[in-house]
Amino acid sequence: MATKASRSAARLMMAPAVILLLGWMLVPLIMTLWFSFRVYLPLRGGDQGWAGFDNYIRFVTSSAFWPSVQTTLIIVIGVLAITVIFGILIALLLDQPIWGQGVVRILVIAPFFVMPTVSALVWKNMFMDPVNGLFSHLWRFFGAEPVSWLSDASLPSIIMIVSWQWLPFATLILLTAVQSLDSEQLEAAEMDGAPWHKRFWFLVLPHLSRAITIVILIQTIFLLAIFAEIFVTTGGAFGTRTLSYLIFQRVLESQNVGLGSAGGVYAIILANIVAIFLMRIVGKNLD
Amino acid sequence: MGQIELKQVTKSFGDVQVIPPLDLTIHDGEFTVFVGPSGCGKSTLLRLIAGLEDISSGHIEIDGKDATDLVPAKRGLAMVFQSYALYPHMSVRKNIAFPLRMAKMDPAEIDRRVNAAAEVLNLADYIDRRPGQLSGGQRQRVAIGRAIVREPSAFLFDEPLSNLDAALRVGMRMEISELHKKLKTTMVYVTHDQVEAMTMADKIVVLQAGVIEQVGSPLELYRRPRNTFVAGFIGSPKMNLIGGEEAAKHDAATIGIRPEHIDVVESDGMWQGSVGVAEHLGSDTFFHIHNTGLTETITVRAIGDINLTHGDTIHLNPRMHELHRFDAQGLRID
Ligand SMILES: Nc1ncnc2c1ncn2[C@@H]1O[C@H](COP(=O)(O)OP(=O)(O)OP(=O)(O)O)[C@@H](O)[C@H]1O
Ligand SMILES: [Mg+2]
Repeated sequence: MATKASRSAARLMMAPAVILLLGWMLVPLIMTLWFSFRVYLPLRGGDQGWAGFDNYIRFVTSSAFWPSVQTTLIIVIGVLAITVIFGILIALLLDQPIWGQGVVRILVIAPFFVMPTVSALVWKNMFMDPVNGLFSHLWRFFGAEPVSWLSDASLPSIIMIVSWQWLPFATLILLTAVQSLDSEQLEAAEMDGAPWHKRFWFLVLPHLSRAITIVILIQTIFLLAIFAEIFVTTGGAFGTRTLSYLIFQRVLESQNVGLGSAGGVYAIILANIVAIFLMRIVGKNLD
Repeated sequence: MGQIELKQVTKSFGDVQVIPPLDLTIHDGEFTVFVGPSGCGKSTLLRLIAGLEDISSGHIEIDGKDATDLVPAKRGLAMVFQSYALYPHMSVRKNIAFPLRMAKMDPAEIDRRVNAAAEVLNLADYIDRRPGQLSGGQRQRVAIGRAIVREPSAFLFDEPLSNLDAALRVGMRMEISELHKKLKTTMVYVTHDQVEAMTMADKIVVLQAGVIEQVGSPLELYRRPRNTFVAGFIGSPKMNLIGGEEAAKHDAATIGIRPEHIDVVESDGMWQGSVGVAEHLGSDTFFHIHNTGLTETITVRAIGDINLTHGDTIHLNPRMHELHRFDAQGLRID
């Protein structure tokens, strides 16, 4: 958009979307901020006036706060690592000419269409159940003691479930990037004497950096707020209480809207810190 | 050294044989040009030599050693691609140094060679830029630089100038020819532009549908085309190929006469017709002549500013000693 006229036209065209999005964001944000400064206990007297910063102090000083931040970050980083690494591998495989390519691609994308609640329930009951799960049968087949996944290895289990859901997204974005790589560049590198792992390192990976950035940014935003997977599997027990789950417990289990809202504000701050941090590291790929 | 020999080489993609059995020797230091219409298998042949495609049968020898099963990197050849295929994330310097880094060469030696190549190709001003910040001609030079630092035994070019504008193309043509004179390395050059082929080549290989129609120096091909295909392909504008009765007068199925070998005369020409389109190039004028009584339109080159316009009658006299005769199979009759 080069000319002044086209720029102002563009602004005009974008205005409705921007205003709508702003309203969409601002209304809940302002309500959260409002409640976070109130003593609001719906079942014990309702709105009881100003609380000052009491809610904020109580939320961070509670013994559950820092562990929940830690849990959140572990899940986010774990899922990101798994989806990006396996996403690249699967994208490279899918780019090869194989028989039944179309069907394989649809199968790979399929998990993305399964609702988080459903997929978590399937994993919990069909795979990870210590008595009847497929994994327990597999373990017993090899003579090993079945693992109680969701209690003994709760965090890895949740990371596994969430990764399974997000892998298709990462694969899809990375696959389109892999396909856009100029094959003559790879051939030139081949003639220049670069073996496949150097071709990957010097050509494929830099080419994918933009796509990887997008995958990381988008996934992080969604992963910071995962809820259903934890709700239907561990219910926040066994060290799987994330920040968003803690907020849920404060609001609904403790019936303390003010305290939960203060947690919500902290979550917004955490998300922004992570986002700024990510933009710094990888954002330069998005210039 | 850089002798390349193809022995009974064939290439099929699935059921389609793109290159039927083909023999060709490219001598050390020669500038060989593969030329032919689109889809005739020029690129495929070059990629077979490079090792980027496996040959279906036959042998390739480089410097007398069998290279049929050698991986591309081990053949000692460097290739310049039509799209330049520069590495977009690396600076010009890193691009040029890449093959040397892959060969684990000593960094001091890498620097020396990169600087020498930059000198030869005038790259010094933008050596720290990325390919995306260069013009087409500059990218082309970088691609050539990346090829020459390896000091290969032969260079392979696949239509390297087809993405450049006309003026730049002429300039780069000269530069590549000069580079060849300086390095004296074997070069194999693919193009579909017969002007490029004529101006650059020591040896031209004319291909059609994967078959070599003729091999020879540019002038050999110009003077003694082996068949009607080569006759029509080499030379610009195209040779007039005339069949029918006129050819029968000369005991041939087809006769050929180049536009530059037909004289425009005042009267009493062998042929006469009316002027159709006239293309004025300044130094020359090309006339397309209709209604000559021949089945074909005749193209004629006239020197300078001759004053004939559309519809005028023109008298023509072909120079009989420059006439080419071809038999019913299209082969040359001597
Ligand atoms: N990977 C491939 N699979 C199947 N057919 C192919 C493949 N590559 C080339 N061909 C076929 O081989 C023939 C020769 O192709 P090639 O690219 O060598 O032509 P070319 O002479 O370089 O043409 P151009 O001047 O247009 O570049 C074409 O008919 C093409 O369709
Ligand atoms: Mg080609």
